[in-house]
Amino acid sequence: MPTAEIAGVTVDVNEEGYMTDPAQWTRAIGEAIAAELGITMTDAHWAVIEFLQKDYAEKGVMPTIRRVKNAGGIPTKELYALFPDGPLKKASKIAGLPKPSSCI
Amino acid sequence: MKQLVMLGAGTAGTMMANHLARRLDEREWALTIVDEHSTHYYQPGFLFIPFGSYDEKDVSRPKAAFIPKGVRYLQEGIDRIDPEGREVILGAGGRLPYDILIIATGTKIVPGETEGMLGDAWRRDIFDFYTIEGAVALRERLSRWEGGRLIVHLNEMPVKCPVAPLEFTLLAEAFCTKRGVRDRTEIRYLSPLSEPFTKHNCAVVLGDMLDRKRIDFVADFQCERIDAERRKLVSYDGREIEYDLLATIPTNMGDACIARSGLGDDLNFVPTHKHTLQSKEHDNIFAVGDATDLPSSKAGSVAHFQAETLAENIERFIEGKELLDGFDGHANCFIESGHGKAFLIDFNYDVEPLEGSFPMPVIGPFKLLKQTRLNHLGKLAFRWMYWNVLLKGIPMPGVSSNMSMAGKKAAR
Repeated sequence: MPTAEIAGVTVDVNEEGYMTDPAQWTRAIGEAIAAELGITMTDAHWAVIEFLQKDYAEKGVMPTIRRVKNAGGIPTKELYALFPDGPLKKASKIAGLPKPSSCI
Repeated sequence: MKQLVMLGAGTAGTMMANHLARRLDEREWALTIVDEHSTHYYQPGFLFIPFGSYDEKDVSRPKAAFIPKGVRYLQEGIDRIDPEGREVILGAGGRLPYDILIIATGTKIVPGETEGMLGDAWRRDIFDFYTIEGAVALRERLSRWEGGRLIVHLNEMPVKCPVAPLEFTLLAEAFCTKRGVRDRTEIRYLSPLSEPFTKHNCAVVLGDMLDRKRIDFVADFQCERIDAERRKLVSYDGREIEYDLLATIPTNMGDACIARSGLGDDLNFVPTHKHTLQSKEHDNIFAVGDATDLPSSKAGSVAHFQAETLAENIERFIEGKELLDGFDGHANCFIESGHGKAFLIDFNYDVEPLEGSFPMPVIGPFKLLKQTRLNHLGKLAFRWMYWNVLLKGIPMPGVSSNMSMAGKKAAR
């Protein structure tokens, strides 16, 4: 399995750079991934990340944009403003979670 | 007498009624199926209606004709399920107690989920083809089509029959060519996905096909709203796409009775164990077909494969035995590509659509992931199979409920 050094720590990642072990995630790592994506984290960004992590831990699947809106209370327009161009893909990468699949 | 109640007499519910009427002891179990509608539609046929190759009578039969003897058919609406009280409350207020409940209430389009979709322009400039009314209205509009911007739009995943949006796009291209207005028609396919299809192998083949047919694929288009007056779609990232005719696949949701019962997820789909079809919350509730939240395709062939596992599991549940992890996500779909040709894909939870051949006695083998005339004939023959074999819960000749690797080439 490939690894990457993020914020001075070696972590397991997949071929697209998504972390594969949520236990290795720290806020500093999240911040470093965000910086790489050109995103400066604010409280509003962290609120999204925390919702994704909590929901993933509970449900075992990545929430959809609809769920982020309904259960997380984050309007989709705001999600796009915080994480432009593919907000869920970027936010889940920062959160150390798998890439959201549209499956089926 | 113990009560087994099935909600929904569509594809999946009708198959279950047929399976269980054969398998359960009629002296011990009373079977009831509830559905407020009286017409059973062959939904794959909706795709052909806008282009005039099928009409309403080709796709309609009375539901009652497919409900077996020994199953009581209640033509009533469903208000809600009370899982604690183990009863279904009907629309008119009647109560239907159950020992085992099977939810097969399917999925519906909900155009109201997108701002601006419903309104004066609905079925004037904006059409769906997932309902008989939408398909017929679109046929009327296309019969007057002289060119312009034709946009096919997938609003949100998951949707029933995930190949249908692309099939529609390809058939529209063929329709415009035949009509002599292809050069005056700009065709674009808008999707919230990054690729033209959910399965990568298939997306590559179909994406190439879109290019060759001069169809523009617009990726990652998450629609925020429709400006019906100016005839344009606006995405959350600020892109605007203009149309003259919009064929949209609106958000698909499970039945509203699931939400009223508190049994659904964000889209009213029932959280269900993906191999056994048992509800994750209530042991005596099962779900099948489009009503589930399973990561399998919402399609008739899939419901057929699920029904075989579920019929077995209902018997095991009654006998107190461990449930069978039988359903593997198997889907088997013809993809119409226009000009009398089609693709065939066969996949499951773990195996992507592969190239090769699909063995089938007498009429096969069909080519997998390749465009052929025989696949198109297979698709047309499927309508006969649907009415005469599939709905009756009879195994399809040569098609096992679990996916088989026979004939498939290993992934490169």
